[in-house]
Amino acid sequence: MKRRNLLAGAAMGMALAMAGGAFAQGMDKVKACFIYVGPIGDGGWTFQHHQGTLAVQEAFGDKVETQYQESVPEGADAERVLTQMALGGCNIIFATSFGYMDQVNAIAAKFPDVKFEHATGFKRDSANVSTYNARFYEGRAVEGLIAGRMTKSNKIGYIASFPIPEVIMGINAYYLAAKKVNPDVEVTVVWAFTWFDPAKEADAAKALIDQGIDFIASHTDSTAPLAEAAKTNGAVLGFGQASDMAEYKPSPRVTSIIDNWGPYYIKRVGALLDGTYEQVDAWEGIAGGEVLIGEITEAVPAEVKAEAEAMRDAIAAGTFHPFTGPINKQDGSAWLAEGQTAPDGDLLGMGFYVEGVKGDIPQ
Amino acid sequence: MEIGGINLVVLVASLMVAAVPILLAAIGELVVERSGVLNLGVEGMMIIGAIGGFIAAVTTGSPVLGFLGGALAGAALSAVFALLTLVFLANQVATGLALTLFGLGVSSLAGQGYNGIKPPHTGDVPLGPLADLPVLGPILFAHDWVVYFSIAMVAATWWVLKATRIGLVLRAVGESHEAAHALGYKVNRIRLLAILFGGAMAGMGGAYISLVRVPQWVDGITAGAGWIALAIVVFASWKPWRALIGAYLFGGISQLQLNLQAAGSVIPVEYLSMAPYLVTILVLVIMSSGRGRAGLNAPAALGQNFHASR
Repeated sequence: MKRRNLLAGAAMGMALAMAGGAFAQGMDKVKACFIYVGPIGDGGWTFQHHQGTLAVQEAFGDKVETQYQESVPEGADAERVLTQMALGGCNIIFATSFGYMDQVNAIAAKFPDVKFEHATGFKRDSANVSTYNARFYEGRAVEGLIAGRMTKSNKIGYIASFPIPEVIMGINAYYLAAKKVNPDVEVTVVWAFTWFDPAKEADAAKALIDQGIDFIASHTDSTAPLAEAAKTNGAVLGFGQASDMAEYKPSPRVTSIIDNWGPYYIKRVGALLDGTYEQVDAWEGIAGGEVLIGEITEAVPAEVKAEAEAMRDAIAAGTFHPFTGPINKQDGSAWLAEGQTAPDGDLLGMGFYVEGVKGDIPQ
Repeated sequence: MEIGGINLVVLVASLMVAAVPILLAAIGELVVERSGVLNLGVEGMMIIGAIGGFIAAVTTGSPVLGFLGGALAGAALSAVFALLTLVFLANQVATGLALTLFGLGVSSLAGQGYNGIKPPHTGDVPLGPLADLPVLGPILFAHDWVVYFSIAMVAATWWVLKATRIGLVLRAVGESHEAAHALGYKVNRIRLLAILFGGAMAGMGGAYISLVRVPQWVDGITAGAGWIALAIVVFASWKPWRALIGAYLFGGISQLQLNLQAAGSVIPVEYLSMAPYLVTILVLVIMSSGRGRAGLNAPAALGQNFHASR
């Protein structure tokens, strides 16, 4: 124990010494640390962050040392882990869940020489805190297009987790893209009030299927909705969420939204190494490679597949924005005028359904 | 049979399936508590059963062996509880809670490498033309064998507790272990068997989640089902048939709230989500208001350790 403390102290001393003047011209070696909210084995959110960690290690080899801790609860425990990591010589710490927001900002104020990166948050109280997120709604639009084109019952479903802008944005993007190609389409939203509860997610999928819905998108973390759809022998289709979920190819999983954190992690650690690191508020999407659209399988007709890929490429090229006016809010009031695209601020604070979505958002 | 856009037949059929894990675990825990032992480790035993059953089913390719594996895994974990509370006389509440935490950790370790695998399929019991009957067919004759097994276990437990010598002895141990000991019954041996039975049932309930409900393994798959099972035992005032009603009520309302949402109901989601818990509180109040503690029917020696030297 003593030796470890000694080592930690020595490492910290080194880090401080290097921080003294080394940042401007970069560093020789970076220790990158990650805290995960769930187990790596969740098959979704945390699994994908861990893939990013592995990508960093592979990209920089000897020049980077990575360290991670799984299943860190949001709250006081996170503060303890963050402190340990900062004392343990980490140069940059990635906190990969929204709920770490206050802890990250509290600890960052105490360790001005350590860089903190907080996923999906919006607070950057000190200069060493950056935030990053991904434009998942772009992927939702591609899913909506496929669902709108292929649905036979004209009823598509969405298993929502919590009523936060991130999720509402996804529902709206999914519905708008579907309605554009199929004016008769209706979306049904079921709120599961959980990120991860496989049994409940399966029940939610079943409830949707019982209502005659034949396309299910989910905003929860497990593969349970796909497993439930698989029981219908191809009558009900769905999408991989967060991770590719390739084991459900070619159906019911017809495509997927993959969270690809690797490029961002590599960019940030690389910037620290070569001295170009700056505080950012990053929100990349398909164009930046943070959101990947998984392989569209043969269960999708060729022309629909081509259309979906064209949409993906148009989003990547910046020629198409999933929220392009005219769009009204659910109550009929105008939101976006003809040709206007949604400002990021509107999206990040989104608390309303667009016109045509039925039901209320739980408060 | 449509009410508010919800097909009642489909609802009843799916709630019977949804309730199986908590029903199996609750029946096991009911027997344990009737013998005077409070094992709060149901959640831990369920998740150990879920991964144990999953590994057994995937390796052997047989879902039936999977359920057996789940039961064995659950019983093995409950044996740890038995050792600590019966031999070393550890506090039952603390040991039970520790068992849950331990089970969650061990299951996560054992589950490494089992993510994303599909287990062998557990099919419906072929009951021929019976399954095509209107209304009754989907409700009664179109389930897998575990659904029937869970109901049979309720009946068997009820009969054993009520009408057999074994049941009488078990209840005597739970009501007054001193008196049972004075009569020459092996209190700790009977409790050990009850604990192992409870562990096996919880393990099977867990295996049902990973093999049928969700069909896959992910960390933390039981997501609190064990705690609901514990609540159902109290809700049922330690009576098997009431446990069946309790489990179906919980399963039913959780299904109903998702179905109501999918059907576009105007009732806010939050009220539907809290409904099962409100009903539990209501039932507990009604039951305990009438005949006092006797009405609650709690075993008198519940949670107390026994040692023959006292």
